[in-house]
Amino acid sequence: MKSRTIKVDYLARVEGEGALTVKIKGQQVTDVKLKIFEPPRFFEAFLRGRKFNEAPDITARICGICPIAYQMSACHAVEDACGVKITGPIRDLRRLIYCGEWIESHALHVYLLHAPDFLGYEDAIRMAKDHPDEVKRGLRLKKAGNEIVRLLGGREIHPINVKVGGFYKVPEKREFFALAEELKWARDAALETVRWVATFSFPELDRDYEFVALRHPDEYPFNEGRLVSNKGLDIAVREYDQNFVEEHVSHSNALQSRLKERNSYFVGPQARYNLNFDKLSPVAQEAARSAGLGPVCRNPFQSIIVRSVELVYACDEALRIIENYEMPDAPAVKVEPRVSTGYGCTEAPRGICYHRYRLDDRGVIVDAKIVPPTSQNLKTIEEDLGQFVQSHLVIQKDRLQWQCEQAVRNYDPCISCATHFLKLHLESE
Amino acid sequence: MTAGPSIVVIGVGNEYRSDDGVGIVVARRLRERFLTKITVLEESGEGAALIDSWKGATWVMLLDAVRSGAPPGTIHRFDARAAQIPTGFFHYSTHAFSVAEAIELARSLDQLPPHLIVYGIEGENFAAGDGLSRAVEQAVESVVERAATEVREALNV
Repeated sequence: MKSRTIKVDYLARVEGEGALTVKIKGQQVTDVKLKIFEPPRFFEAFLRGRKFNEAPDITARICGICPIAYQMSACHAVEDACGVKITGPIRDLRRLIYCGEWIESHALHVYLLHAPDFLGYEDAIRMAKDHPDEVKRGLRLKKAGNEIVRLLGGREIHPINVKVGGFYKVPEKREFFALAEELKWARDAALETVRWVATFSFPELDRDYEFVALRHPDEYPFNEGRLVSNKGLDIAVREYDQNFVEEHVSHSNALQSRLKERNSYFVGPQARYNLNFDKLSPVAQEAARSAGLGPVCRNPFQSIIVRSVELVYACDEALRIIENYEMPDAPAVKVEPRVSTGYGCTEAPRGICYHRYRLDDRGVIVDAKIVPPTSQNLKTIEEDLGQFVQSHLVIQKDRLQWQCEQAVRNYDPCISCATHFLKLHLESE
Repeated sequence: MTAGPSIVVIGVGNEYRSDDGVGIVVARRLRERFLTKITVLEESGEGAALIDSWKGATWVMLLDAVRSGAPPGTIHRFDARAAQIPTGFFHYSTHAFSVAEAIELARSLDQLPPHLIVYGIEGENFAAGDGLSRAVEQAVESVVERAATEVREALNV
């Protein structure tokens, strides 16, 4: 039987490093394995014995790209354990800082990591020589996100101003004026981004996905909501462990998540969009429509458009929050620990990030569980690769290899969350 | 701020990734030594943020862990204005779009600072955890000395 080998030794432009192997025998894809070397178990162990209010700062160190996601999930889980619910301006500021992180993360991925795939460049460095204005636009957009995180978080890497109950200090309204001007530019730049990426051509891929995201009755989800899917899932965050399971798979030290009742699922911008299109602001909805998207977008290669639509939304939402902001009387509410287990799930740029903490009577963390978004998408990425390679066996090997890498990047896998390094091997018999 | 050249020292890495934190450790030592005479920043190594971090500076030094195959503790030094940084060299920073890519992207966009010195310290252990391995710990002192000498010279220009 004729067999062939496709091998990608190193998957560039995925945050981190890992390994992916695709095996092909004859005309059949026989195996797809995404190998991840290390789950965030170190941090879970590190959290045990620490005080409840240390969780946001410790978990922020898991990832340099999305520290806010970890801080927010940690805060919500601890507050849930302590019976505290944050409302008003502090809640709004949390949404605002999350907008900043989405803008940073999405701009980085759209411009520097994913666009080169579509435009035929090996990387952003080469793309920048021919498309300097686009790359500069992406960098400035990203910086606008950084500025939000810097203003609210104290600094953009491992922000230090977020705490259980709120913030250490909150800005006065006037401190937002300069930022608002830059965000108006950013919203226009994000609209330009949607128009730009909509001109790319997209390989075909459509599978029977189960999209999972938060859904909130009043808003596009960041910090709160129920976990819902297009296949009937509709649960409170505290029911997560009853519905999802993390499993060790033989080819990987990392854990893969799946739905207990069904199987793989899909988290991230596209899942949020498909389950919450009606909650996007009018300007974001209009941007999506003008790019040719309906309220549901299933082709993961078009995730770059969806991510760009979310860029528009995040800029728009940030401006709305700043406009309505009134400084709260206190930057945080008091949170007293109690013996309890708390659950938190928020929408990281890459999808839902779940935390669970059990506290003792002195507020010491007895047990911690953290499920990053990337480990939840791993199974779906493997399945995408399997189907994509199977239906493209006729195309040239190096082109197939390129598109496989592109297919992995559809999910913007932040391997530094799921593991340290991902080395992608795409090989076959 | 001083009226002289604006000097920025950037420690890159993640101190919860063992030797990946060595750049941060060295940067903190330089901060103790030079206090307000220079700006010392700590960065995760995410490339776009790095390009921002040196904007406006006239003299920049980057400190990061590397994994090139040399013995742990080996000190590499590059003058980024004089030659390209070998890509792949800094892949053991936390992120793939990292120090070398940031420098080369900035070069493409004509956004490199006038002076850019890069120190790479060969790491051994990049697993999750805090603290440096022995060989890397031993290299810290001499990186600090070499870097401090260069900073002093830059301050006297």
